[in-house]
Amino acid sequence: MNIVVAIKHIPSIADDLPIKDNNVDFDSVDFVLNEFDEQSIEQAVLVKEAVGGTVTVIGVDLIGELDGVLHLALAKGADKAVKITGDDPAADSHVQAKWLAEAIKGMSADIIFAGVQASNDLDGQIGPMIAAYLDMPYIGGVSAVEVSGDTATVNKEFAGGFGAKYAVTLPMVVGVQAASKPPRYAPISKVRQVAQTVKIEKVAPSGEASAGLSFKKMAPPAVTGHAEMIGGSSKEVAAKIVELLKNKGLA
Amino acid sequence: MPAGPIKAKYVEKEHAVVDGVDISGHWNRMFEQRVITEYTPELIEKIASFPGAESFADCYQCAKCVPVCPVDVVGNYGPRKLYRYAQTGIDLTESPELWLCTTCANCLRVCPKEVNMVKIMPAARENAILEGKFVPAELQQAFENTAKTGNPLGQPQRKRDAWIQNAGVPIPIIKDLGRPVDILWYVGSYPSYHPRGVDAASAAARIFTALGIDFAILGKEEKDDADSQRLAGEKGLFEMMTEYNIETFNKYAWKELVVTGPHELNAFKNVYPQYGFNRPVFHYTTFLARYLDQLKPLLKHEVNVKVTYHDPCYLGRHNGEYEAPRKLLEAIPGVELVEMARNRENGYCCGGGGGGMWMDSFTQKHTKMRLSEKRAMEAASTGANVLAVACPFEVSRFEDAVKSTGNEHVSVNDILELLDRSMRGE
Repeated sequence: MNIVVAIKHIPSIADDLPIKDNNVDFDSVDFVLNEFDEQSIEQAVLVKEAVGGTVTVIGVDLIGELDGVLHLALAKGADKAVKITGDDPAADSHVQAKWLAEAIKGMSADIIFAGVQASNDLDGQIGPMIAAYLDMPYIGGVSAVEVSGDTATVNKEFAGGFGAKYAVTLPMVVGVQAASKPPRYAPISKVRQVAQTVKIEKVAPSGEASAGLSFKKMAPPAVTGHAEMIGGSSKEVAAKIVELLKNKGLA
Repeated sequence: MPAGPIKAKYVEKEHAVVDGVDISGHWNRMFEQRVITEYTPELIEKIASFPGAESFADCYQCAKCVPVCPVDVVGNYGPRKLYRYAQTGIDLTESPELWLCTTCANCLRVCPKEVNMVKIMPAARENAILEGKFVPAELQQAFENTAKTGNPLGQPQRKRDAWIQNAGVPIPIIKDLGRPVDILWYVGSYPSYHPRGVDAASAAARIFTALGIDFAILGKEEKDDADSQRLAGEKGLFEMMTEYNIETFNKYAWKELVVTGPHELNAFKNVYPQYGFNRPVFHYTTFLARYLDQLKPLLKHEVNVKVTYHDPCYLGRHNGEYEAPRKLLEAIPGVELVEMARNRENGYCCGGGGGGMWMDSFTQKHTKMRLSEKRAMEAASTGANVLAVACPFEVSRFEDAVKSTGNEHVSVNDILELLDRSMRGE
């Protein structure tokens, strides 16, 4: 089974997000792996462990720092790593999806995993667009995947606590919401060993695409309203809360 | 509580012949082989085969370690029991006991066979981690944070020196200073990021400044020492951080390295030499005790409190410093120092060492109460209204513990904060 995981490197929001020229100031942020892709790598490795095969992790190298993420994926159980030398931190998900699809095309993938969305644009398009380019079915919002023969059984989550189980004939693209188990820990000694021994394959970006959108303005949220800290004993605090609720017509 | 060891069945035979003598009878069971021999030593050998864990096999079950083990005081644990569990078929690398040891070293202090849990536990944990066995999720998070952000709290590296803005005194960054300094002060992760840790760091900065000490910090170049992560089994992570830290320390010219935390002291002083770093390192208590004569006239304001001091395991037992913290406390006018029953060499562990800092939820499932809660109760029983500490892990641990045990009248303060209060009168 040929398993492919398409990942995305995104600006970290652990710190304030600096803005420059109506976009993120890419020179002053750290990049991290999209958290849904952490789930997607885990799900891919779980499928490999269940039915055998190889896991190839592929992503667009936006700032020349993707190696660390790929080494981590290899330490977690992926077998092969490929980076597309994009070198453009502003490449949107439509461009990335095109580049990824072109690079994945020749891999004869049986199942392709992608995080259901990424926190930088909340676009959720990488998976569906790869599926469209490669003419494969797509199911997103997935929280478990089981493969048997040429069929994948996927659990999809819907709003309101509903879930559905689909049986899909492979190949397909899966948009992972959560892996069926929490992502495993990769010991650093293993990551470092991988970094010294495994070669990451480089692929030049191929194809053009665009979301057709341009940034008009990017700004931090305007500060409005204020929070009032209520002090005193728990009885006093409770009395003040009741009074506030009454004043606002809520009680 | 975890499932206990499997109970051995005794064997009673109607006919028993020992060395050709027929000793049949109901009393013969005392002549039967001890149940111990019905088990194979495989699991003991397995643990002892890990590099560093050889002494595990030396245990002769005298049990001196059990009453001094802080985990046994709040649960059913103790190094001797781990050996016994191995005999009864429980694999340490797969059992919850693997994660309970805080590497406090009180067992090693009394062990006649020098069975060294401080080396055994990290080795067994490393094996479990490398084999992909169970690792408490919260510990895993601390590992990942350290690898990704340079500190176990997961705070951004760029904010590492954000605290200096509010310290009230200028704090030089060695990179900007561009000249050699006497003292390179390694602040540490909790004093840099944790709100209560920042209080201690700010106090230290004011004290160093008042004493006219020529110091600087690494600022944004400082990263976690990762010693507790090493003891929790992540040796690879420790080595990665060590390589970075040694390179950073050696980039600059300084005479002595002063650390806020005992875990950093342990790393830089006792472990880094194996990685080629051999330079003078001091905990702040040892360092400031040197300046007692200059410090005393600065301590102008009375701090009228009854203080009991908690010996951090990694300052006391691991590094032999018991007196400097007490000298500093006694130098503060108005302070009355009282001792808890367990002090100095027999000091009780706060539960934060060996990765325990990041396993509180897990540990709680396997103990009756947190170690920090037990210790907070001991502190309160002395009648003290201040629990003084000298380790950045402890302020947050004990502040939670005094609240959860109904001892909120005991305030928890780093010695630095008390010195600063006496110096400034606030």
